Amino acid sequence: MRPIGLLTAAAMSVFTSVALAAEAKEGMPQLDFKNVLLKSQVVWLVIIFALLYVLLSRWALPKIGAVLEKRASTIEGDLNAARGAKASADAAVAELTAKTREAHAGAQAAIANAVDAAKAAAASQTAMLTARLDAQLAEAEGRINVARNAAMGALRQVAAETASVVVTRLTGVAANASAVDAAIGSALTARGLA
Amino acid sequence: MAAEAHTIDALGQFKLTTALGPLGASVNFTQSNLMMVISGLLILGLMVLGARPQAVVPGRLQALAEMAYEGIRKMCIDQIGNEGKAFFPFVFTLFMFVLIGNLLGLLPFSFTYTSHIAVTLTLALTVIVLVTVVALRIHGLHFFSYFFPPGAPVLLAPIIVPVEIISYLSRPVSLSIRLFANMVAGHVMFEVFASFILMMAASQALGSFGVIGAVGPMALNVALMGFELLVAFLQAYVFAILTCIYLHDAVHLH
Repeated sequence: MRPIGLLTAAAMSVFTSVALAAEAKEGMPQLDFKNVLLKSQVVWLVIIFALLYVLLSRWALPKIGAVLEKRASTIEGDLNAARGAKASADAAVAELTAKTREAHAGAQAAIANAVDAAKAAAASQTAMLTARLDAQLAEAEGRINVARNAAMGALRQVAAETASVVVTRLTGVAANASAVDAAIGSALTARGLA
Repeated sequence: MAAEAHTIDALGQFKLTTALGPLGASVNFTQSNLMMVISGLLILGLMVLGARPQAVVPGRLQALAEMAYEGIRKMCIDQIGNEGKAFFPFVFTLFMFVLIGNLLGLLPFSFTYTSHIAVTLTLALTVIVLVTVVALRIHGLHFFSYFFPPGAPVLLAPIIVPVEIISYLSRPVSLSIRLFANMVAGHVMFEVFASFILMMAASQALGSFGVIGAVGPMALNVALMGFELLVAFLQAYVFAILTCIYLHDAVHLH
């Protein structure tokens, strides 16, 4: 402030001295306090300034203030909306991740179930097959036993007849049937076939 | 305004006349007051038309109005504190009235009402009366402790108190003379250099050299116009910020 004041004071003194020298008889119109216009100017100034103050403070400035407030609230609202959108987007992403994980787990479980079911089916089928084969085997063995027993039963008779024929041929005499039968019985007993 | 040979009428531009014909003359309405009305209408027009679009992204006029509003409001709050909001309309009116007055005065054939000490002193006295009333209303009689800073030795009171009182009373004087003197000096310089142009161009003795030489003062006046634009803003700002500082003192006492 001070340098400006000094500067203006200096400028003032130089230029008013120039001006006053040129117009010494009249002086500065601003200092002509006898002039009625100087006083009326002040009266009108007070009226105009007061009116301007009232109009600005009651009418014009609140309008600008309202515009600024509206802008601030708009920006605040937009920011809040953006924050809300971001939050819902985050929630959606989280939900998506959770759903994906869940689906993944579900798929794994389904695969495991299918594999288990297939294994179980295969096992049951194998068991069924084995049982059938076992049954057939058992049946076949039974048949073999029957056939062998039958064969074993026929053996004594075949041996007796063969022995009788052989004795008849060798001796020319008919073989004693009971002796042959006894001999065959002992022979079979000795071989464990009786 | 015209320069007759060898006379420079640098002060005639400050002479008050009546405006608006016989009606204005009957109520002593001066051309100075007419400029005040015009600047008041410009200020109101700027703020009201600027507020009209209510755009979130402001246009040029709205941006200007908002810049003025927010700039002065920020200055009030920065200087005075939160209480400054109450004084914002007053400081805004003062700043814009002085600024537009200074700027309108730079137009040719117009009148600069801030070049009248009666005007600037009235504005300054309004400020000082407001400051004193505010201080008395907030602090009551405690306000008078303002003239004796706390912690100063009591022995020095006979010196400090008169100095403080004189400095307080000289505020309206310095406030008004600063603006008045700046405006007068600028406009006297304009007038003097403009007279030089005419005198040199019309000079019989210099002939055509005078016409060429007249370019010098012309260039000076062009440069001076840029300088005066700066001064117009600067002085309005100084007036407003000093008002804010005085109001700060009134609200906070030191």
